[in-house]
Amino acid sequence: MSPPIDFSLRRRTLLAGTAAAAAFSAVNRGGAAAQSTGATAGPETTTVTLSVNGEERELTVDNRTTLLDALREHLQLTGTKKGCDHGQCGACTCTVNGERINSCLSLAVMHDGDAVETIEGIGQPESMDPMQAAFVEHDGFQCGYCTPGQIQSARKVIEEIRAGIPSHVTGDLTAEIAITDAEIRERMSGNICRCGAYANILAAITQVAEESA
Amino acid sequence: MRAFSYEKPADPAAAAARAAEVEGAKFLAGGTNLLDLMKLEIEIPLHVIDVNGLGLDEITETEDGGLRVGTLVTNTALSADSRIRRDYPLLTRAIAAGATGQLRNKATTGGNLLQRTRCPYFYDTNMPCNKRAPGSGCGALTEGAFSRQLGVIGTSDACIATHPSDMAVAMRALDAVVETVTPTGMTREIPLEEFHLLPGDTPEDETALMPGELITHVRLPAPVGGTQEYHKVRDRASYAFALVSVALVRQADGSGRVALGGVAPKPWRSDAADAELPNGASAVMSVLLDGARPTEENAFKITLAERTLAAMLKEA
Repeated sequence: MSPPIDFSLRRRTLLAGTAAAAAFSAVNRGGAAAQSTGATAGPETTTVTLSVNGEERELTVDNRTTLLDALREHLQLTGTKKGCDHGQCGACTCTVNGERINSCLSLAVMHDGDAVETIEGIGQPESMDPMQAAFVEHDGFQCGYCTPGQIQSARKVIEEIRAGIPSHVTGDLTAEIAITDAEIRERMSGNICRCGAYANILAAITQVAEESA
Repeated sequence: MRAFSYEKPADPAAAAARAAEVEGAKFLAGGTNLLDLMKLEIEIPLHVIDVNGLGLDEITETEDGGLRVGTLVTNTALSADSRIRRDYPLLTRAIAAGATGQLRNKATTGGNLLQRTRCPYFYDTNMPCNKRAPGSGCGALTEGAFSRQLGVIGTSDACIATHPSDMAVAMRALDAVVETVTPTGMTREIPLEEFHLLPGDTPEDETALMPGELITHVRLPAPVGGTQEYHKVRDRASYAFALVSVALVRQADGSGRVALGGVAPKPWRSDAADAELPNGASAVMSVLLDGARPTEENAFKITLAERTLAAMLKEA
């Protein structure tokens, strides 16, 4: 694994801070705070234990910390990416207790005792998961930023089809679901690729599905 | 996001009692909508009560042949349940038409009913919004506003937002009943028809729930049979909110039920419109959308709703 990144001062952090200040003044102008502005009713931090890629990790986090930020900023597992931070792009997709979720829309404190798997736990350059190898083989990316989320989703899409979980394009709801291009595309709609590598992503997923059939 | 304290209560009644007692408290289930709104500081809870782990995640059979769905059953689990797929296919279709695989894995049954509108003026804290900041005005009703996605019926001069759920539209057609526990530990039943409120002068009041009251289950009556379809019209083929959606249950004798999504502050249905089903889509919509007050930008929804139902009736 690559050495931990020094998080003390990065240009992106500085810019994010400036944007947050701008957003705050915007809120004040709009008079958005419908709720009370009183004090919180207890501690604003919580200690949780997560099993991350098979390893128990105890963390004390501000209650506001998302699972995504806990992984990236506290555990230095930066393979899981922050794209929109609002559940719209899928870059933050990881698995919790075996199911894929948007880690940006979940709080770390909600996951005490849960098993989290990130892209780092799926495979490493010298021992890639079949889905990672297929993405490389088919050029399923250009810039690569969405790729960890795409791979996390892709692995689960195949499992979800085989488990009989219906999708919007599923025909007969009581029959076995075939792994078709339409099923894969529909189920991958929560992972956006702004480089537009969709055709190659589809080819990679199809190959893994066929090889593991 | 503003700071908040956090707790996991011992049981549903304790959760409701705490929510009524602690200032600025809010329930957290899947979090897929609440956290989005907290990041934007549209929701600013001082205290978060995490209701996960309260044992409300099962689907059980009721004495009258229906199903009782725990509020924490995820959208994925509900849509994939073999009994739902077989006996309530409308519900599976509606859920699968909404959101994404990742979101459906976290989003819950009760949370889906309680999700807030996606009106762009509610989401943009620079804009006036009577729902977000009561009394500030309705940004969607100002000159030149973007109202293409917004409501055409059941709306008011204070608010024209729609309820965004697909699941709730199917549940409305299936006569679902919401079960709750109150802060004093009493249980209560609210038919889905009465659960969501019309905006009137108080668009900030969205549901019939009292402060602290917690949804525990949603009950589905015995299966109604017939052919069941959910047709959602949207700007993208996947992962977009409805412009118009139509839930249809059609029996062999031509009778049935119709509920609409994407057009109103709640799933939109009426017995009088259902009675017109044997007479065709135009007859149904002239009753169901009677009194509609669309804007110039969203008047197309009236035509779209009728044509969507017409297409479904032709196929059925």
